[in-house]
Amino acid sequence: MTNNNLSVISLISIGEHPTSRRPRRAEQDARAVELGLKLAGERLKALYAGTIESPSIEVALRSYLGMGLAEINILNLSDPADATLALAEHLKAERPDMILTGVRAENGESSGMMPYLLAEQLGMSVITSIVEVSSIDKVTQQAEVLQALPRGQRRKLKIKLPFIASVDMAADAPRQSAYGPAMRGKLVMNQLSVQVEDTLRSKWQINEGQKRPKRLKIVKAKTAADRFKAATAKVEGGSGKIVHGSSESAKEILKMLIDEGVL
Amino acid sequence: MSDIFRRDPRAEWIARNRLHPMHKPVAEGPVRGPSGLLRKNPHAVGFIGPNGIKRIDRSGASTGGSATRQSAKQTEVILPLHKVDEPDFYIVVALDLVSGRLNGHDKDVLGLAQKLANIDEAKGAVVAVAFGELKEENLDVAGVDRLIHFYTDAYQEYNPEQRCADLQVIVKELQPRHILLPDSINGGGDLGRRLAAKLGQRPACGVWKVNGDQVVCRASAGKNDITRTLPTLMLVLEECSEPVSETRHQSLIMPLNESQEINSTIEDQGNISVDPNAIPLAEAGFILSGGNGITDWANFHSTAKSLRATEGASRVAVDDGNMPRERQVGATGTWVTAQVYIAVGISGAVQHMQGIGKCDKVIAINTDESCDMVKRADLSAIGDSSEILAELVSLVEQNNNEKGADHDQ
Ligand SMILES: Cc1cc2nc3c(=O)[nH]c(=O)nc-3n(C[C@H](O)[C@H](O)[C@H](O)COP(=O)(O)OP(=O)(O)OC[C@H]3O[C@@H](n4cnc5c(N)ncnc54)[C@H](O)[C@@H]3O)c2cc1C
Ligand SMILES: Nc1ncnc2c1ncn2[C@@H]1O[C@H](COP(=O)(O)O)[C@@H](O)[C@H]1O
Repeated sequence: MTNNNLSVISLISIGEHPTSRRPRRAEQDARAVELGLKLAGERLKALYAGTIESPSIEVALRSYLGMGLAEINILNLSDPADATLALAEHLKAERPDMILTGVRAENGESSGMMPYLLAEQLGMSVITSIVEVSSIDKVTQQAEVLQALPRGQRRKLKIKLPFIASVDMAADAPRQSAYGPAMRGKLVMNQLSVQVEDTLRSKWQINEGQKRPKRLKIVKAKTAADRFKAATAKVEGGSGKIVHGSSESAKEILKMLIDEGVL
Repeated sequence: MSDIFRRDPRAEWIARNRLHPMHKPVAEGPVRGPSGLLRKNPHAVGFIGPNGIKRIDRSGASTGGSATRQSAKQTEVILPLHKVDEPDFYIVVALDLVSGRLNGHDKDVLGLAQKLANIDEAKGAVVAVAFGELKEENLDVAGVDRLIHFYTDAYQEYNPEQRCADLQVIVKELQPRHILLPDSINGGGDLGRRLAAKLGQRPACGVWKVNGDQVVCRASAGKNDITRTLPTLMLVLEECSEPVSETRHQSLIMPLNESQEINSTIEDQGNISVDPNAIPLAEAGFILSGGNGITDWANFHSTAKSLRATEGASRVAVDDGNMPRERQVGATGTWVTAQVYIAVGISGAVQHMQGIGKCDKVIAINTDESCDMVKRADLSAIGDSSEILAELVSLVEQNNNEKGADHDQ
C-alpha cells in the first residue's frame, strides 16, 4: 500500500552491535524505515542528526540507503549536542503527515523520550510501539494503526494526522541492505539553525553496564528452625484442587479459565 | 464440660509400663505424674527426619512425638500500621495494574517509593494513582498511604492522553517530591514519557538502583549505566527495590478535583484477535500443552483452536513427531510465562517443570493422581485426556453460544 500524497519521515539513528560494539543499522529504526517504505515508497524521507565524522558511521548510514532510500538528510551536530531541538527545527519546516521512529535508540541515553519530545514541540500526537499502519484516510485526517501489546496481542487504534509513531520490534523485519543502492544513495548535509549543547549529560557518569544482582529469596524467619526449614524443605504445592470425572473436571476448568479471563 | 482434673490410675499405670500392649497410644498423650503434674517424656521429643535421623525442634513449633507432631499453626501475622497523618511531602506512583491487580513490578515501585518517603526519618506519603478497574485488595500491605482512583468508563480503554492530563493535575496540586512509574510495556513507560514531555522534565529512564541521592539507569539499550543525581520523575525497572513487607499502610482515598475531560487524538478500537499459534511460545498468555498422555492429537489441536490457546508440548510429544520442535516447553525448549498453562497428559519431569516455573496458574489433566504435575497444579482433573478435552470443548462452545445470544439481544 503506497499512498501518493502522504509525506512520511523516518528518523534514523546509529545503532551499535551489542557485542562487537560496532556502529550498525539500528534494528528498530530499520523497522521504521521498512514501514515507511511500505507506506510512502520512494518518497519516504530519512533524517539523521549527529556526527558523521568516523567512516564506520557513514557505513551504518549507508546501510539504510541500501534499503532503497534515495537520500538521507543529515543535521551535522557535534557530539554532546541535543538532537531534539535540531530535529524539531527541521521537522517544523517539513510538516510531514507522519514521523516514524524507533522505540529506543541503541546508543547514548536511549531513554525513548525522542518521539515524545518532538511531539510536544511540533504539537503532534504521539503513539508508541506500532507494528502496522492499516489505513490512512486523508479526508478525515485519520489513520488506523496496530499497536503491539505484551503477550503478542495487538490493539487497533485510530489516530489523528499528523502524528509521530515509534515502531516496535514486533513490526515486519527490515529488508536487507543492498550494496549498490547503498553506494549510490546520497547523504545530504542540511543547514543547522540551532545547536544546543546537552549540559546535563556532561554531569553524568557513564560506565559499562553492570550485571544486575539476582534477587534472592529473603526468608524473614524468627527462629533458626524456621530458617532451616525454609532453606531445605521442598515447596509443597499441596493446595491444588483435585477433581474426578470428566464432566466435573470440564466444568471446573472452564470456571478457572473464565476467572483468569483467558477465554 | 467441667475442667476438674480427674486421675485415671489405669492409664497412668499403662503409661508407666513400657511392656503393656496399650503403652504406645496412651504414653503419647499428655502424661500426668502421681500428683497430677504434667510429665514430659524425654524419649518422645522430636521426630524422625527424612534420612532417619532424629530431629529435635526446640522452637516449640512442633511438639510431641512423631505421630502427634503437628505442623506449626499458620497464624495470621498482623503487620504494624505505618501512619502518616500530615505528610511533609508526597511521592506519586502511577500503577500499571494489569487486569486490575498489582504485579511484581508495581510492588517494587511502591517499595522504592516507600523507601524514598521515609529516607532520613522523613515523613512522606506515597500516593498511588490507579486508572480503571481495581481488583487488588492488598494495597495496604503493598505500601499505599493514599489512593487516587479514576474509574469512569473512559478508563476502561486505552486513553493515554487523558491519563497524562490527570497526572498533570495531580502533580500540580500535590507538588510531589518524586513521581515514579514502572518502566514497562504495560502502559507505565508510555505514560511516564508523555508526562515528562508535558512537564518539560528530563526523566531518569530504566532506573534500577537508588543510592542515596544518586540513581543508576540503564542506557544504550542495556549496555551502559548512567549514574546521575536523583531527579523528580523516574521510570523504574523491575527489582529496583524490595517490595514493602513489614508494614501496613493506610491507603486512604484522597479527595480529588474532577478530572478535566480532554479531546483525545487517539481512539481505542479494541484488541484484534490474533492467531494464538502466531504468538511466540515464550510470550503466550494461555498455553495448552500436550504430552505422552495424548491419544488423539486431532482432538488436541481442535481443542486448542476452540479455546484459542497457544499449543505447547513436552519433549516426548516432540520426539515422537506429534508436535514441531519449536513447541517444546522445558529446559531444552522454551521457558514460558503463561498466565494459564494446561498440561494434558504430562507427568511433570523436572526438565519440563523448569520451563513452566513462571506460569501463574497450572491446570493438570492426567490419569495419574500421584504424578508431579498434579502436585504442582492449582487445579487437577483426573481422568482420560480425550474425554475431558471433548467435554471441555462442548462446554466452551455452549458458553460462547450463550455469550453470542446475549450480544444479539
Ligand atoms: C537433558 C534432558 C533434557 C530434557 N528437556 C526436556 C524439556 O525441555 N521439556 C520436556 O518436556 N522434557 C524434557 N526432557 C524429558 C523429560 O525428562 C521427560 O521425559 C518428559 O518431559 C516426559 O514427557 P511426558 O510428561 O509427556 O511423558 P510421560 O512422562 O510419559 O508422561 C505421560 C503422562 O500422561 C499420563 N497419561 C497417560 N495416558 C493418559 C490419558 N489417556 N489421559 C491423561 N493422561 C494420561 C500419564 O499418567 C503420565 O503422567 C528432557 C530430558 C533430558 C534427559
Ligand atoms: N540523533 C538522532 N537522529 C535521528 N533520530 C534519532 C536520533 N536520536 C534518536 N532518534 C530516534 O528516536 C528514537 C528514540 O530515541 P531515544 O529517545 O534516544 O531512545 C530512535 O529509535 C530514533 O528513531
